[in-house]
Order: sequence, then C-alpha cells, then structure tokens
Amino acid sequence: MIIRRAEVVRPSEITPFSAYLNRRQLIAAGTALSLGSLLARTVRADTLAAAKSLLSTDEEPTALKYVTSYNNYYEFGTGKSDPSQNAHTLTTKPWTLKVDGLVDKPADYELDEFIKPFALEQRIYRHRCVEGWSMVIPWIGFPLAGVIKRAQPQGNAKFVAFETLKRPSQMPGQRGLFQPLDWPYVEGLRLDEAVHPLTILAVGLYDQDLPNQNGAPLRLVVPWKYGFKSIKSIVRISLVAEMPPTSWNKQNPNEYGFYSNVNPEVDHPRWSQKTERKIGEGGLFAQRHPTLPFNGYADQVANLYAGMDLRKFF
Amino acid sequence: MSIQNTGTWVGVAPWRDLPQLPTIVVYLVGVVPAIWWFWLGAVDRLGADPMRELEHTLGLWALRFLIFTLAITPLRQLVGVNLLRYRRALGLSAFYYALMHLTTYLVLDQGLDFDAIGADILKRRYITIGMTCFIVLLPLAATSSNLAIRRLGGKAWQRLHRFVYLAAILAVLHFLMSVKSWPIEPITYALIVAILLGYRLARSLMRGQSQGKLKRMSLSDSR
Repeated sequence: MIIRRAEVVRPSEITPFSAYLNRRQLIAAGTALSLGSLLARTVRADTLAAAKSLLSTDEEPTALKYVTSYNNYYEFGTGKSDPSQNAHTLTTKPWTLKVDGLVDKPADYELDEFIKPFALEQRIYRHRCVEGWSMVIPWIGFPLAGVIKRAQPQGNAKFVAFETLKRPSQMPGQRGLFQPLDWPYVEGLRLDEAVHPLTILAVGLYDQDLPNQNGAPLRLVVPWKYGFKSIKSIVRISLVAEMPPTSWNKQNPNEYGFYSNVNPEVDHPRWSQKTERKIGEGGLFAQRHPTLPFNGYADQVANLYAGMDLRKFF
Repeated sequence: MSIQNTGTWVGVAPWRDLPQLPTIVVYLVGVVPAIWWFWLGAVDRLGADPMRELEHTLGLWALRFLIFTLAITPLRQLVGVNLLRYRRALGLSAFYYALMHLTTYLVLDQGLDFDAIGADILKRRYITIGMTCFIVLLPLAATSSNLAIRRLGGKAWQRLHRFVYLAAILAVLHFLMSVKSWPIEPITYALIVAILLGYRLARSLMRGQSQGKLKRMSLSDSR
C-alpha cells in the first residue's frame, strides 16, 4: 500500500469560491434558518441551500430511488428492500441525543438544539459497502468535529463510541427468533478519525431530510470506511478511553475489524474486495470497477494510519 | 425403495387420481421464472442491483427445484402422492437453473475475467463449494435419460444419483456462506433440506434396525 502524506488543506481551499463570494447571503440564510428552526422546531434540509464543498467528489450521484430503496439497515430486516418497506414505522420526533463519557460538557440534546450551531453543507461522497457494491450519495450534514469540540473532550479521551436507537416496537428486525446482530447497533472511531474534516453527521440527502431507511434523523458518514461503520439513527455519542466494541466486529471478529477502511488489498475472508459494482449503472451488463484504497480518499486520510500494518488492523 | 411399499396409503389417499400431466408441462412452467427475471432485467426493472438480483434468483430457483426433487419420495411414502413421473423434469430444471446461475456469475458478474474467477474458485470457500455442487450435478444431469439408466443398470444408476443429497447440502452451504450474519432465508432453506435428508436417514436407520432384528430372530431360530 502506498501511503501518501495528505497535503495541508487551507480553509480557503475548503470553502468554495462561490460560497466565499456569497458569504453574506449565507450568513443571512443561516440566521433565517436558525430563526426558522426556532419557530418550526424542525430541521428541514429541503428548505436549505446547503453550502457546496470541495471535499465532494465530482462523480455522478446514484439515482435517489436507488439510494432510498437499496439499504442495509438490519433493524428493519436483512433484505435490501426491507428498510424502505418497514422503516416508515419509526418516529423520529421527538429525538434525544446523549453526549457523554470523558467530556467536560456532557448533555442530553433535543435534536434541533443539537444541530442548531452547525452550518449545513452538501457533501457528495462515494459510499462503498463491504459486500462489494458502491454508490455516490449527496449528503447534507456537518462535520462531527464541531460536535466533539462542543463537548470538550478530556485528555484521556481516545475514541468515540456511537449507539443506534433500540426500539423493537418500531424496528421489526429487533424482534423475533433469529437476531442477526446484538442490539443496539454500536460503532466507534478513533478520536483523530472522528475529527477528520471528511467525517460528517448527515441529516439529509439530495435536497430532502434523511429518509428513515437511510438512518433518520441523524447518521454518521465516514466515506473512506466500509458502509457499516457509518452508523444510523444515532441516540448516543460517548468519548471513551479504550477502543469501543463495534457491532459487526462482535458478530464476526475474523471478518470485520474495528478500522474497516476500504482496502482492495485486504479481502473479506469470504469474498474479494478488489472490485465493486456501482449501483444504478447500466443494468445487467454493467462492468465491475476497481476499488480504490481508502475508497479514493487516500490523499486525505492515509496519514492517519502511517506505520500501521493495515492487514493486521483491517 | 420400491413402489409397492406405499401400497397401504395409495388405496385411501383421496388425491391419488391427480390428473396425469405430460412432463413437458413441468419444463415449461419451470422455465417461467427464468424468462420472467431475464425480461425484468432486460427492461431494467430489477431494482438497484439487477445483476445480483438475477444471479441470486437463478441460484435460489436451482435450490428450490432441488428441494422439489427431494420432496417426491417423502410425499409418496408419507402422504401417498405419487409425483415420481415428474422427478426427472424437476431434477433437470434444478440443473438448468444451476447452469444459468453459474453463467450469470461468469459472464455478467465477473465479465469473464478468468484471473478473478480462478482466484474466487480457489480462495473463496463459498464459491469453491458452489462450483463443487455444480460439478456434482453434472454427471446426474448427463445420466438422466432412459438410455443412461439402461446402460448403467438400475442399481448403479441409483447409487450415482444419491449424490443429489450431497448436491443439496453443498447448495445450502453455498447460500449460507454467501451472506453476512445469519439471515432467516438461507436458514429456512437449510432447515428444509435438513428435514428432507434427515427423513431419509431416519428411515434407513429404522429399516437397518428392523432388518437387524429379523436377522437376529432368524439366527436364534436356526439354533
């Protein structure tokens, strides 16, 4: 694996020039938004002109109908179309988020309060599933780094642990005889991964609020890792000292590591990760594409893993 | 396993006079799912991941036809429904679906990239098992004609065709190992195959016992 140093990204490179030119409008829009959300008590991604980002890929996004109908969200069933059929039963209002652990400012937030300080951006990211398929998704969200900074982590905090809602009454996949995973679904990142500018919390996709099957009302998106790391419908974010347990790693530690960075050189024990099928591309006769190290984000993130044996820490 | 064994049941079963359809009907009905799914694929109505959907569906129908084939004997012995005349058509349909499933994998999934395919077959246990299953089915399909039965002789033919039990086990293993975690669908198919094979095992064990008893009785008689 070639590990390249990430170039230092200046803020002027991250802010799109058009956004820079229109900054006063953006500020005005932001004010209008916070006023609006105060009145409506709701986050409406579809009413927002989310700022575009240079961290977006210029690849063509996958059609909305595929992004919202082909999902892995085992809380609603193990079939790809189960979440889109079953997730409408989930109520996402009210929604409370707990931020706790090794922080100076632990708190229980109502969702709108949680989101309010952060400016929404559009991030068009590649999304690579561990099963060998991929999409390009235009998310609307904000960097996780801001959330962590607001919580004021203590010196011994080294990891961030995440937890999905456990609510069997509204999540049919959490009921019944055969349970594919332990609930609640849990995930984790190293602190430096969590505060990386690419790591976001998403509240929308395309120009709408996050659909339930995609992890409403708030989910993690870590584009250089396999999709299952991007935990959905988050209810808790904890700063911790030790590497936290993660759901798929608990289910099968030989197949799913804590890091789970997209890596064509490290195959899943049962299938190859060298190539991927792009969803919605050309029907039955679409060709496979080579999978890129760190899902194409090596320039930005490879330095996080400098000196690590990525076969061992898969 | 001769047909006479079921004599007591056939007499009382109300459904014994099922209309005798020509076996061509089984082939014609059997090919409908394949045509339907190829059509859906051709008009791009197989959803987000059409190739995987087609590949999966063809494999699933291969397994379903294997299960239908294996259900013929228990149906006859337990319920008195004799569908023996359709068994060859069902078995061959299973083979044709396995062939279409394999072809889809080779051509549409892997794009005839033989390096990748070779690596898959050698390294991926579930693909090794799937290929083995297909290879096991090959001689069974090749010896499905009346001529082949005559040439091999009934006993040898039957012995060869017991490999269908192995094929069914390999098919469900292939299914179970191709998915993450333990979803309900492959588990259900595995249970059905386990019941169909378990029934045969239990029956042959019970027979072995009763035959053993008979032997012991005859031995004690001769003393």
